Amino acid sequence: MKSISGSRPMAEPALLEIENLNAFYGTFQALFDVAINIAAGETIAVIGANSAGKSTLMRSIVGLTPTRDASIRFRGENLATLETQHIVRRGIALVPEGRRLFRSLSVEENLLAGGQLKRKGPWSLERVYHLFPILKERRAQPSTSLSGGQQQMVAIGRALMANPDLLMIDELSLGLAPIVIKDIYAALPKITGEGTASIIVEQDTGQALAVAKRVYCLRGGRVTLEGAARSLSREAISAAYFGV
Amino acid sequence: MVWVNAIVQGILVGGLYALFAAGLSLIFGVMRLVNIAHGDLIVLAAYMALTCVTLTDLNPLLAIFVVAPFSALAGYAFQRLLFNRTLGADILPPLLVSFGLSVIIQNALLQIYSADSRKLNAGGIEIASIPIVQGLSIGVLPLLMFVTAILTIGALQFMFYATPLGRALRATSDDQDVARLMGYDNKHLYAIAMAISLAVVAIAGIFLAVRTNFDPALGPQRLIFGFEAVIIGGLGNLWGTLAGGVILGVAQALGAMIDPGWQLLAGHLVFLAILAFRPEGLFPRVDG
Repeated sequence: MKSISGSRPMAEPALLEIENLNAFYGTFQALFDVAINIAAGETIAVIGANSAGKSTLMRSIVGLTPTRDASIRFRGENLATLETQHIVRRGIALVPEGRRLFRSLSVEENLLAGGQLKRKGPWSLERVYHLFPILKERRAQPSTSLSGGQQQMVAIGRALMANPDLLMIDELSLGLAPIVIKDIYAALPKITGEGTASIIVEQDTGQALAVAKRVYCLRGGRVTLEGAARSLSREAISAAYFGV
Repeated sequence: MVWVNAIVQGILVGGLYALFAAGLSLIFGVMRLVNIAHGDLIVLAAYMALTCVTLTDLNPLLAIFVVAPFSALAGYAFQRLLFNRTLGADILPPLLVSFGLSVIIQNALLQIYSADSRKLNAGGIEIASIPIVQGLSIGVLPLLMFVTAILTIGALQFMFYATPLGRALRATSDDQDVARLMGYDNKHLYAIAMAISLAVVAIAGIFLAVRTNFDPALGPQRLIFGFEAVIIGGLGNLWGTLAGGVILGVAQALGAMIDPGWQLLAGHLVFLAILAFRPEGLFPRVDG
């Protein structure tokens, strides 16, 4: 099912619906009353500067960062009280910031680790290798021997192996060469084309806005802007992004 | 020929030391837990075998098949109920808890079995030997012990590098949070690792009990042998651990040839030399 109305997403039954999300690191509050929703099959972007709370938002959804009285509904079920390994079982995969491959596992073992829940869906080792052919050549190599871009491909492939209904990619392009970023963005439609909803988290807004239907901008742990990617003006985005 | 004999016997005993070390190394590798109670768990397994043999009249070597599964189950429960609660960013709490466990096991054994030293009698196999040449023969029991060590380490190696379980254990060891993102249940995996470790402990404990006298206070010494074998061989390398055990065994045997009082000291000196000149061990794991 694909979202048709970009500007009125609430008309769709939301796949993920977050309200009242407050997240903390000890006594430091990193997110304030964040509300975000995404429909099945939809692609959204979450943009914001460094330390705006984007990664915290991703980590909160999968239960890696503690939240307080949050409502994180995935297909109607509240995830806020579940542990990470039970949350991902329901069909959410996160490509963590910095890729974080398993360093003592080969490329293929990393992918297999991603698929260990054996959820049904379109993605398999073969399909991931088809999407990123270079990984097939490097399948037996230690994951640490790959370049940054290739590691990001492994990280994305590893997440896809779980056949998620919602794929979240944190800092997709951070630290990668422009040519590699282009390659990875070129592969995105093949992923979302399978009906997987996705959240692309970026500091660099250009690419993300081109693939996303809707966009949320975070600053200082608050949502400062949301709307259809095409309808937002540059001025509105930079005002929300930088707070000027 | 007496020297050759000493070396051969040392190699065979090294298999036992490798068995002491394998479980220790596995637990450290998977969850960064230094299990101070490891040696006492070996002795506990020896006493469990003693009870089993007394009750059923089973041959001690066959008692492995009773004690090892029981020990593994106990290990799973131990991890879930005790050690999992202590694991975190700080490595001190699990260390202290395992130290406490060590004290508790020693005193409980003393209370139940008294301080008398015991031995398991495996029958004729204990004195059977295969003559190689004049002045050199290989005991069947030490040989069985060595072969068991090789098979055990081979099985662990296979489990770690060729099965989904091993992949899961290595993934959790690399990055706990990301392993959870893959849907791995770390607490369950840690408990499985402890179960495997204690199954190996049971094998080691029974061979220890058949080979020599044992008493409740013997644990810490076995822990030291295990540690030394792991460090000599290099952390995180199971075949290295076997080599470490063999080196330790040979050093002790040669030390004993010079003077019986030198047996333990020679082993420690080799360990110290390795620590001083090659602290990463002889065969450290190559990452990546």
